[in-house]
Amino acid sequence: MTEQTIVNIGPSHPSTHGVCRVVVTLDGEIVTHAEPIIGHLHRGIEKMAENRTYLQVVPLTDRLDYVGSMYANWAYCRAVERLAGIRVPERAEYIRVIVCELQRIASHMMGIGSTGADTGAFTAFMYAFAQRDHVVELFEALCGARLTYNYVRPGGVSMDLPEGWVEKCRAFTAQHPSAMLELDRLLFGNVIARARLKGVGVLSAEDAVAWGASGPTARGSGVDWDLRRDDPYSVYPRFDFQVPLGENGDSYDRARIRLWECVESCKIIDQALDQLEPGLVKAEGLPRLLAPRPGDAYDHIESARGSLGVYLVSDGTPRPYRMKVRSPAFCNLALLPLLAEGHTLSDLVVILGSLDPVFGEVDR
Amino acid sequence: MTLLWGFLWGVAAVATIAGGAILGVWWERKVSARIQMRYGPQQIGPFGSLQMIADVPKLLFKEDIVPALADKAIFKYAPLFVFGPVAVSMVVIPFTAGWAPLNTSVGVLFFLAVPSIEVIAILLSAWASHNTLSTLGGLRATAQMISYEVPRSLAVLAIVLLAGSLRPLDVVAAWRWWWMPLTFVAFVIYFVASIAEMNRGPFDIPEAESELVAGYFADYSGMRWASFMMAEYGAMIAASLFGAALFFGGGWPFGGALGVITLIVKAILIMTAIMWVKWTFPRLRQDQLMSFCWKALTPLALVQLVVVGVVLVWL
Repeated sequence: MTEQTIVNIGPSHPSTHGVCRVVVTLDGEIVTHAEPIIGHLHRGIEKMAENRTYLQVVPLTDRLDYVGSMYANWAYCRAVERLAGIRVPERAEYIRVIVCELQRIASHMMGIGSTGADTGAFTAFMYAFAQRDHVVELFEALCGARLTYNYVRPGGVSMDLPEGWVEKCRAFTAQHPSAMLELDRLLFGNVIARARLKGVGVLSAEDAVAWGASGPTARGSGVDWDLRRDDPYSVYPRFDFQVPLGENGDSYDRARIRLWECVESCKIIDQALDQLEPGLVKAEGLPRLLAPRPGDAYDHIESARGSLGVYLVSDGTPRPYRMKVRSPAFCNLALLPLLAEGHTLSDLVVILGSLDPVFGEVDR
Repeated sequence: MTLLWGFLWGVAAVATIAGGAILGVWWERKVSARIQMRYGPQQIGPFGSLQMIADVPKLLFKEDIVPALADKAIFKYAPLFVFGPVAVSMVVIPFTAGWAPLNTSVGVLFFLAVPSIEVIAILLSAWASHNTLSTLGGLRATAQMISYEVPRSLAVLAIVLLAGSLRPLDVVAAWRWWWMPLTFVAFVIYFVASIAEMNRGPFDIPEAESELVAGYFADYSGMRWASFMMAEYGAMIAASLFGAALFFGGGWPFGGALGVITLIVKAILIMTAIMWVKWTFPRLRQDQLMSFCWKALTPLALVQLVVVGVVLVWL
């Protein structure tokens, strides 16, 4: 055996997807140990929430998973609504489903795009980002922001859909599936991409469950678990959709089922737009300052990365006593040492990308 | 007198490569933009053609950073030996029927051998940077460039066999149109191996932006970095011109000045194909790269050589 080399990948590195530092022990080019060092993006959001009113926490949740802000908004608001016993109007629920499925597309485009960029297929990255940009433009028309939306609020959403938005959204979902087929051919159909992704970082279904993996990371290994279907919330039971599953649990499956999830999201959005009826977008008679009765509440939703949960404790004051976020990206990232061992340095980057972590959510 | 001529030719080669690199970067920006559904540069000058004029002074004025732990002398002068051999190899290219800057009887061998000095310079610059990622990149580059010289030389050998001469001018003079279908496989091998030789995508493993940041030249800045980039573009221009001359008959079917233009157009087409490949394919992994070279390209090149030999005997 040759002398082992220790390489620091990150915290500032083209493919650490934010500010992750991975200390890699190399034997030649083979990774013998990879240890993610997290905390470079820690802002203490859970602690900061204790000093803000329930409504003021919503913008903080935007900064958790900044690639999918709508999810953290929604998970937090569901916990608040459960805590305070707020009933959300039906139209608001539909809008939440629509924006969150759009968010899934935007987030997965980032995930698939960076899988492309990690393997050197920068054109696939640009194709994915073109689609992401359509979604971000829809969000911009909706709430004025392109990244941190602060759109889902306790009791509903901040404002109704603007005029003409539904048509724009339909135009997007009409072209998106064919764009996904094109991206599939460009990236996952490519012989080099197959060679680079297949059989790299294989995660067994048992390990996925044991390590608490969720979302596409677990489904890539064939774990048939999706909160939208298995613990239905909001109006999801009214929609007809499939949950794409992988077979081999390798980077290829993890990355590729994200693509099919986007196609399924389009189906959900179309159905939701069909069923959307006029009405209130925010519960009536909400007090300016929410002060739920003492108690605690936990609620979780299926974010683009997996099962995202928010636990809230109230002591009867207008500020949460404690907030805890169950972050899927954190749990999924923990798999990195397990998956990367024995692969080359080039594969480590691909595996990290296929887990699609967002460090705002990992470090919180 | 010979020294003066040599000096002038050197200046001309460097100027050609620098000018070619400027145009090449602009062309690559446009081609890659077209592939990626973008516009590319379009603000400065017609079709953004003056963008590189703005980029060159930027590179000239950038701070020249030498890492504290680097082996300073080697770090500073290695880039020169990355760029130099590429410029020197340009002199044997037969630009038109009967004229090459240097008409030597071993021109083909010269063209294949001289750029190989680059490997040593790359390894030196990587080692001198005193950076783990650079060292990894340098070692990857060494393995890759030495390996891919084998199929590349074998592919060119097919043409040499047909022409019966190592003098590029003789090859162009002997060239017949039916060589094109006969040596098509050899051209593909030459094309692929040349991309690997110049460390461009999908064989940019030594640079591997997403893994090694920039590999062997990660620590370079300013004009020293630019000499790596110019070496890459210079190698691309040289390989395209030489490929167009050997595999597509140089200025054929024209002679004289029109022949030079034809050669350049053919070279630009080859260059565009090189860019096209880079912007479409993902990057290979180190072990896949090696097995592709030794298990696919090299045997294929040998088969092509045998086929050419059989055809020659049969004629």
